[in-house]
Amino acid sequence: MMLKIRNIESGYGKLRVLKRISMHVDSGEIVTIIGANGAGKTTLLYTIAGMIKSSAGDITLLDMPINKVKPEKIVAQGCSLVPEGRQVFATMSVKENLILGGYVRNKRKNYQQRQELDEIYSIFPVLKERENQLAGTLSGGEQQMLAMGRALMAKPKLIMLDEPSTGLAPLIVKNIFKIIIKLRDAGNTVLLVEQNAKAALGIADRGYVLETGKIILQGPAEDLLVNRDVQRAYLGRDVDTDGATCDVV
Amino acid sequence: MNPDLFFQYLLAGVTYGFLYAIVAIGFNIIYNTTGIINFAQGEFVMLGGMFAISLNNVLPLPLAIAAAVALTMIIGALLEVIFIRWLKSPSVLRMIIITIGLSIIIRELALHFWGETVYSLPYFIGNELSTITILGAKVSPQVLWVIGVSTIMVTALSLFFRFTSIGQQMRACSSNRLAAQLCGINAKNMVTFSFMLSAGIGALAGCVISPITYTQYDIGPGLAIKGFTVAILGGLGNSMAAVIAGLLLGLIESFSITVIPLAFQEAVSISILLLILFVRPHGLFGRSETASLKEF
Ligand SMILES: Nc1ncnc2c1ncn2[C@@H]1O[C@H](COP(=O)(O)OP(=O)(O)OP(=O)(O)O)[C@@H](O)[C@H]1O
Ligand SMILES: [Mg+2]
Repeated sequence: MMLKIRNIESGYGKLRVLKRISMHVDSGEIVTIIGANGAGKTTLLYTIAGMIKSSAGDITLLDMPINKVKPEKIVAQGCSLVPEGRQVFATMSVKENLILGGYVRNKRKNYQQRQELDEIYSIFPVLKERENQLAGTLSGGEQQMLAMGRALMAKPKLIMLDEPSTGLAPLIVKNIFKIIIKLRDAGNTVLLVEQNAKAALGIADRGYVLETGKIILQGPAEDLLVNRDVQRAYLGRDVDTDGATCDVV
Repeated sequence: MNPDLFFQYLLAGVTYGFLYAIVAIGFNIIYNTTGIINFAQGEFVMLGGMFAISLNNVLPLPLAIAAAVALTMIIGALLEVIFIRWLKSPSVLRMIIITIGLSIIIRELALHFWGETVYSLPYFIGNELSTITILGAKVSPQVLWVIGVSTIMVTALSLFFRFTSIGQQMRACSSNRLAAQLCGINAKNMVTFSFMLSAGIGALAGCVISPITYTQYDIGPGLAIKGFTVAILGGLGNSMAAVIAGLLLGLIESFSITVIPLAFQEAVSISILLLILFVRPHGLFGRSETASLKEF
């Protein structure tokens, strides 16, 4: 199993945000977590990534416990997070951003920087054109692609994406979701957090619904898509079911 | 003013200017990784000079300097590891107070070990009387050492930050600490490195300048104020601008003698500092939008 979480509790100081959450991600899956603002989705991803320490429960990545491991070690173990709001290195070039993404691997013997960069450029051709531009001057969509490319440079086994569609035009969102599918088809495992529940459930294999720090629903994505509670709370009332990747408000 | 005198003022200005610039770059390196001003920066310059002077009793000069720089770097790293590293998200104010406390402790220890005696390293080449003639003016070779070593340091630093992995990681941490950690970079180690690097360049500057300016246990705070003025003048965090700002302050100070009494020379930098803080707190070269993003 790629990722297994059992009864974790986590939060900020005295504020308990996650209340005994359990979930898992199998290898080769796209799993999505949907939930309203403030439900704790970002907190969950940060807790997995080691940026916030859980106060109870366990997290294992490929059967190795990681809840006491430092964030930089977790990246080296194959779990990368593309954070909410992109967080690119604004004052550095696109290429430097990507090279830093490969930092955990460039100490290894078989690391071929040029080749790895080219792989990323073949997924995101626009980054190649902007190679020497400062990341802070990229458009929102380009920054999202850079943030994803940077995470992919670490060759993660599990890639976690926090709201990759936020603030992007529908066409760009569609493109990013296509890339997520491609990544899964290439053997990657994806944990996707989204506000855009319909689009996320449209490409995911399974989904979890998070509400005020608890998982209130889980199951195959197609089941959640037709679940009445989910439809009411996250998909809007008059749901049209044709395309997966149109935006939902 | 006769051309020869003009040239002497110019050289003195440039010499001090580089010293201030190096102190300012030391401030900037730590500021960039932590967001704080390390007020013990001047003490690194003092320690570098003092260690080299003491070690020079048993070691040849180049070795003494190398060992002094290494020792100061170790002290820089230790200070960070002992007093700052373990703090959990400390406030900027708390860290600044810590560095002020450290500067006082270092100074008191230096007073204990070296007393109030004024020391100096020997001239690297020749002595205080030897000169080299450039364009008809007589120049002490040590001045050339200061200018040369400073230039090399500044160039090496900018190459280091651009092309080495550790340099890039340090830049990544100052650009976005959270993202750096998510890339697998150990941000805490980068902070330790930044203290080491600042201590190292401060110590080396303290060695090359020592024959000209002399070294005493309490030269730190004065240098820190000059360096701070320069760092603010150039815009905090901007090392290339610090070089220009340093030369500017050095030259202003040195030429100020022609218009105001020598006794007021020290007041020049304080006046500039206050003026800049009132008028352009983001520095001569920075933009106000980016300055407002920083923590103070
Ligand atoms: N750094 C922090 N310090 C204190 N509380 C925080 C912090 N970050 C988040 N919280 C609180 O934790 C709760 C969960 O926040 P979180 O960011 O995980 O929500 P989210 O599901 O990602 O929401 P969104 O969809 O808006 O991104 C919120 O109530 C928030 O106020
Ligand atoms: Mg969030």
